[in-house]
Amino acid sequence: MSAMKQGPGDDLQEAARAPAADSGDGDGAGPRRVPRAAFISAGVAAAAAVAGGTAYLVERSRGTGLTVNVNGRDHPVAAAPDTPLLYVLRNELGLRGPRFGCGLAECGACTVHLDGVAVRSCVTRVDSVGNRQVTTIEGLGTPSNPHPLQKAFIDQQAAQCGYCINGMLMTAAAFLKSKPRPTDAEIKSALAGNLCRCGSHYRILRAVKAVISA
Amino acid sequence: MNLEQLTTSRRGFLRGMGGLVVAVSLPLPNWPRPVLAAGGFPPTAPPSPDQVSSWLAIARDGTVTVFTGKVELGTGVATATMQIVAEELDVPLSAIKLVQGVTGKTVDQGYTAGSQSMRTQWARGVRQAAASAREALLQLAAARLGTTPDRLAVTAGVVHLQDQPGRKVSYGALVGGKPIAAKVAARPRLKDPGTFTVVGKSVRREDIPAKVFGTFTYVQDVKVPGMLHGRVVRPVRPSPLVSTPTPRAQVIQGTIANATLQAVDESSVRHLPGFVQLVTRHDFVGVVARREEQAIAAAQALRVSWTDKAALPDQQSLYEAITSAHVDNTKVLSVVGDVDAALASAARVMKATYAHPYQIHGSIGPSCAVADVRDGQATVWSGTQGVYQLRNALATLLGLPADNVRVVYVEGSGCYGLNGADDVSLSAALLSQAVGRPVRVQHMRADEMSWENFGTPMVIQLEAGLDASGRIVGWSYQGWTANRGNRPGPPGNLPAGVLAGFPEPPPPPSPPSWPPLGDDSLNSMPSYAFPNQKVVSYGVYQPWLFTGPLRSPSRLQNTFANESFMDELAAAAGADPVDFRLRHTGDPRLATVIRRAAEAAGWRTRPSPAGGQGGNRRRGRGIAAVHYEGTSSYVAAVITATVDTGSGAITVDQVAVAHDCGVIINPDGLRNQIEGNIVQGLSRALKEEVRFDRSGVLSVDWSSYPIITFPELPDDVRIELIDHPGLPALGAGEASISVIAGALGNAVFDATGARLRQVPFTPDRVKAALSTV
Repeated sequence: MSAMKQGPGDDLQEAARAPAADSGDGDGAGPRRVPRAAFISAGVAAAAAVAGGTAYLVERSRGTGLTVNVNGRDHPVAAAPDTPLLYVLRNELGLRGPRFGCGLAECGACTVHLDGVAVRSCVTRVDSVGNRQVTTIEGLGTPSNPHPLQKAFIDQQAAQCGYCINGMLMTAAAFLKSKPRPTDAEIKSALAGNLCRCGSHYRILRAVKAVISA
Repeated sequence: MNLEQLTTSRRGFLRGMGGLVVAVSLPLPNWPRPVLAAGGFPPTAPPSPDQVSSWLAIARDGTVTVFTGKVELGTGVATATMQIVAEELDVPLSAIKLVQGVTGKTVDQGYTAGSQSMRTQWARGVRQAAASAREALLQLAAARLGTTPDRLAVTAGVVHLQDQPGRKVSYGALVGGKPIAAKVAARPRLKDPGTFTVVGKSVRREDIPAKVFGTFTYVQDVKVPGMLHGRVVRPVRPSPLVSTPTPRAQVIQGTIANATLQAVDESSVRHLPGFVQLVTRHDFVGVVARREEQAIAAAQALRVSWTDKAALPDQQSLYEAITSAHVDNTKVLSVVGDVDAALASAARVMKATYAHPYQIHGSIGPSCAVADVRDGQATVWSGTQGVYQLRNALATLLGLPADNVRVVYVEGSGCYGLNGADDVSLSAALLSQAVGRPVRVQHMRADEMSWENFGTPMVIQLEAGLDASGRIVGWSYQGWTANRGNRPGPPGNLPAGVLAGFPEPPPPPSPPSWPPLGDDSLNSMPSYAFPNQKVVSYGVYQPWLFTGPLRSPSRLQNTFANESFMDELAAAAGADPVDFRLRHTGDPRLATVIRRAAEAAGWRTRPSPAGGQGGNRRRGRGIAAVHYEGTSSYVAAVITATVDTGSGAITVDQVAVAHDCGVIINPDGLRNQIEGNIVQGLSRALKEEVRFDRSGVLSVDWSSYPIITFPELPDDVRIELIDHPGLPALGAGEASISVIAGALGNAVFDATGARLRQVPFTPDRVKAALSTV
């Protein structure tokens, strides 16, 4: 152990005011106040990209040679190959639908589709995606062309805080594709691995059932 | 303030999809810019609640921007608040935008907590401001139109003569862009409830479409230019099974409570890609990296050692530890008549002790904050329940004047009380201050669950006497609560503040023991009227686990105990549990919810237990009711459940809730809240208990702290809403969760004759209770 307790203002803090040389992943900006213009024009660092209909400030860089196909478009990947897909989707593509919940595949908030199959993007290495097509909730439907489940979730007001709703929708959408006429018990079982803390369960079930009976 | 600009940039904040229109060209579509241009740092002191302009502003196009100190925590209060303004101001809902919880911009309405949002906005908040604005606007319109206010009417934000609709002027034309120069009247002219057109309607929530299309901006989505990523490194015991640091979430065995930092080895992470800085302050440790996954990997790779005091009580003896610990404060709430004499002369005396564990808030999204602390100024984007309270805590933490600390509320994942939102805000601020750049910190699952301010454990001893006719003649309550920390407040109320070396505030002193306080608004007081009663609560402050408000704080625990004990007394008296409760209350609103819940459930009058059931599967029903806090909503629940006497498993068959919260502003929003209270209430009653050993917390993820899932929920849920349009709003966020554990325990007793006095009702505890029958 080389460093004992440090307080603010000591050597360790000062040293880090000049971050290590850019490894190719960072934004290349200096450590102190950076004008926005400089930030945006910092080489390959940042660009306003549109993904899934959402504009966002994202980081791009020289990349690893890896690409992923997300919502129908190929994207170069800058992250290390063992990075969970979730962080690539959120921080490189600027998608907000898939959300970090546990990082342990226990709650479902990060669910996306790989070739139509619901997977937990928090434990899916980006280099394991290969040629499979990634679909996020942004690719599932849009306000002008909603997936039937999205419309039903709005009709049933099936959310409170809504953080889990991405996973509920993506899991239910993949499930209904494989089983269009499930029983109530089968729906509950299909969603058993998706956690909701607000208790929107009844509304979620009503929304899924509304799509089945439609 | 440039209102037009604010309104435009805010459009996406609440409207979600609509926000995309402006989002395309702006790198920061949905939140204020972190560093303002030449104008300098904005004021951070709260605007005066006496001025209408502190609450609302009307743009030239008629857009009404409402500034609220109460914020949307996922419960639907934003939509309900807009309904109140639309009603009192006579503007369409679509014309209203909300700015919530921004220091310097929104009135300090205290914490958004305790089911108080609608109660406050209705009684002394946006409703009074909107009504006062309407009066001022009518004055202006009367002058403009050459008439008197009493001859005017308003339709959709346009003031016109009642008998000449063509002579008109819009709100926008009257004040467009300028502050409304008027005071909030002490008693403004409010709408007659009989004429409500927006209040009382199940208006769709304005936030749900964006949440369903993945375009909603949570605090977890906030990004600012130059932002780095941080992670906290808390004292934990890594899992012995997993050793390689990866960008994936760390698997840990447990935490080390009250650990002291022994050593930390920066060389273990310095070489990692994207590593920026190791930050330590006292026992607070964090890492900062360029990218999120790099910060996660660095946090895991960091070699750090802690001393383990192993000084927590054994979980098995927690409740003995609580009741035998030094009492730091005693609150005498009620002394009526002579309880001792009443018990001495009672025909029958009953005594029981109930216990409730530490529980976790458990937001699905771990808390997150973005902090930008530079040049003696700080801006923090946070899911906090109180921007001004957090501002003050941050000022202390950072050593800055409060005027230099700005807090912007951005909705997080759920809330349910003091989750990690404030704690992570402190952590982000410490990391940003150290690196001099904006830093985003999101808790990992274990940080969120095992280093939070848990819901408080309680032990409640009740004693009561029945006379020969089965009436309660004396009631004695003694309740112990184990506390540590609280909301900010001082940084030392939160784990991050304590780790950073800030002192924990001393326990509040005992109030005078006489006269009694009357109530503590914690449901310690019974909801019924007894001729003799004594109610005393004890606060214990020990360096165990941190605690803080968790949905229905102390109230859920107390109502579980009080309503279980009412059931025990009813059984002792051979009385039907509904009749027994009705016999002990003269409050017609409490009686009404009890009757309505019983009717909804198809209650059949008879004493408990049901008896006469063969086989392993026994069915029963139980009731619990409360006049929440003695001044808030009236709620009753009837739960029907089946107990497998072989396995001890409880299956909930039906839940019926009757709910009276005064005026109902949005019936569907209210139902949504009650459904959520039922689900979370069942989860907490059946499953939830923080596990710990002498060293620290063992509940670190959803495997070690399971919550209820879809297959475990009853299909049959019945909700009875009782609306009083002319009465005050009493709050609905948490009242109905307080009756769930009691009603369920009473159903188990009805089914089996076994009494459950300790939450959660795990199969082992059910079997243990069955063995005593």
